[in-house]
Amino acid sequence: MTERLLRVRGLTVRFPLRRASPFASRSWLTAVDALDLEVAEGQSVGIVGESGCGKSTLARAILALVTPQSGTIEWRGEPVGRDDRGGLRRMRRELQAVFQDPVGSLDPRMTIGESIAEALVALAGPQGRPAAAVRVNACLDEVGLDPALAARYPHELSGGQCQRAAIARAIVGRPRLLVCDEAVSALDVSVQAQIVNLLAGLQRRHGLALLFISHNLAVVRHLCDEVVVLYLGRVVERAPREAIFARPRHPYTRALLAAVPRPDPSPPEPAGEILSREPDTSPGPAAKPAAGCAYSARCPFADATCCAQAPVLEDTGGGQLIACHHWRTLPTRP
Amino acid sequence: MGCVTPSIRGRADVANDALLAIRDLSVEFATPRGVVRAVRDVSLEVRRGECLAIVGESGSGKSQLLLGSFGLLAARGSARGSARFAGEELLGSDQAPLRAVRGTRVAMVFQDPMNSLTPHLTIGRQLAEVVLDRRLLDPQQARARSIEVLRAVRMPEPEARVRQYPHELSGGQRQRAAIAMALMTNPDLLVADEPTTALDVTVQAQVIDVLREARDGGLSLVLITHDLGVVAGIADRVAVMYAGRIVELAPVRELFASPAHPYTAALLASVPRLDTPVAARLASIEGQPPRPGEERPGCAFAPRCPGAFERCGAVAPQLRHDGARSVACHAPLADSGAAS
Repeated sequence: MTERLLRVRGLTVRFPLRRASPFASRSWLTAVDALDLEVAEGQSVGIVGESGCGKSTLARAILALVTPQSGTIEWRGEPVGRDDRGGLRRMRRELQAVFQDPVGSLDPRMTIGESIAEALVALAGPQGRPAAAVRVNACLDEVGLDPALAARYPHELSGGQCQRAAIARAIVGRPRLLVCDEAVSALDVSVQAQIVNLLAGLQRRHGLALLFISHNLAVVRHLCDEVVVLYLGRVVERAPREAIFARPRHPYTRALLAAVPRPDPSPPEPAGEILSREPDTSPGPAAKPAAGCAYSARCPFADATCCAQAPVLEDTGGGQLIACHHWRTLPTRP
Repeated sequence: MGCVTPSIRGRADVANDALLAIRDLSVEFATPRGVVRAVRDVSLEVRRGECLAIVGESGSGKSQLLLGSFGLLAARGSARGSARFAGEELLGSDQAPLRAVRGTRVAMVFQDPMNSLTPHLTIGRQLAEVVLDRRLLDPQQARARSIEVLRAVRMPEPEARVRQYPHELSGGQRQRAAIAMALMTNPDLLVADEPTTALDVTVQAQVIDVLREARDGGLSLVLITHDLGVVAGIADRVAVMYAGRIVELAPVRELFASPAHPYTAALLASVPRLDTPVAARLASIEGQPPRPGEERPGCAFAPRCPGAFERCGAVAPQLRHDGARSVACHAPLADSGAAS
């Protein structure tokens, strides 16, 4: 069995909301709500959901960029805390991140080569410096950039080239898990395809695990073995790729998939499926029901049980987990 | 939505039903590093009641083409050529036709609705202002019209929304409000520049529904986007731009079924889809589009084109028309009907 790299248990991240007056009681926005997640060596897990579902907060909590209220994060079986500098350092060696804005993730006053070498020195210490140049060139080559670009500054490169450089910087220390937070969202389609192929290639060649956070379901389908669907901070469905795209079970997953526009004008649009297209069904963390299923406010199948009691993730067979009271009785694929 | 009908309509229209006729339009920007040609001799027509999609990647000039036509370029930009709206030249020395048309008969919607809405005015006030400033309606009519238009864009509880401020609305509602503002004067043409790019897929589907309804109601629509999925769902015709030029223009079904330009074909192939088997690799277009300001002879796509030959690097292909389809390529792809 492949080794488990990352294990997240009961992770909850809350942000304080502004109080109406200094005497009002503090209210909280729960961005990530008692979330469990695992990533094994070499596995690629996709996290999907609409804006405000907590997918980026989850990434930031894993990277120790925000402090969770509760829950644990384990790296190779060892708990990692925000105050545990040693554990964090060990994890950081093997866990790297790529973000959405390729230009913003590189220091504008450093050349591409310096940016990449800096990451290596930070991980390996000053003794890493002499060997850095060789490794930097190897990484640039790996991500499909001409090593001559090492002397250039980010503003001299295109968005796609900057994203390649950011990936080179992330892989320079030979990580085992790459967290990609909307890493291809800001790119043009033709360049997006290049970066998706690059990530798939890195995964194949080095057995690199991916935690791929994206709102683009088609890209996730292309890259990920397993897909986790988040809705207002909770996992509503988690399943292997084949299952989730062929037989989505949770009403939210189905609505989400039905809303993806098909790049094909010939057949008529599939009927609005079960997503109510009534206006203002967009979720906001503030719109979250106080009790029960987070999706109950939008779900066409919601009843009294859904509004009163939060469903837990249940295995429906074949590794497909779903958090819905009515998954047994929902109409199957329309 | 026939409340405000501009009195002069269709005067001096061209023989065909072109509402907007762009001829040999070029847009240039003076930058410290020299002149950047964003749009290069583009000719294009928008017909009455159609939805024309303009597709292209960042920097292809798709936004500047329309901004240039309506005199909305940034300070260092200049437009040459001709843009006639309902027969009236907009790019002449006389600014009057431009003022008469802009915001009244032509309206625009942009990507970020927060930038189109003023944060310190209520939605109702902003909507009413559009018709009050132009003295098209009195305040009472303007209020009624605001609610009517908000209802048309499927805004929930329009009577309550008019009293709210932009920050009180969700992203999708703000975009609805921005579209409502554009529709206040009952324009002939709506230019929507990446109207759904900032929205979630579920909300995007709703906003596209609203635009489609407006089009079905007789509005002409220019949809500028990079999202081919959105294009397939709403457009009648599609213009594909690359490096400031239209490389292909065709009815939507023909374009998706048999792209004639290699760039169109590559672009369509590189979109990951939900309805095809997962391939080991996504088809991608190797290389980069030309950088702004980069000038080279021949076809701009030649360095990335799998079918390029010597002529492509030397002579820029002209847009050739064949029936409803136009393509600018020395060796258009077969079975397109455009190969000659």
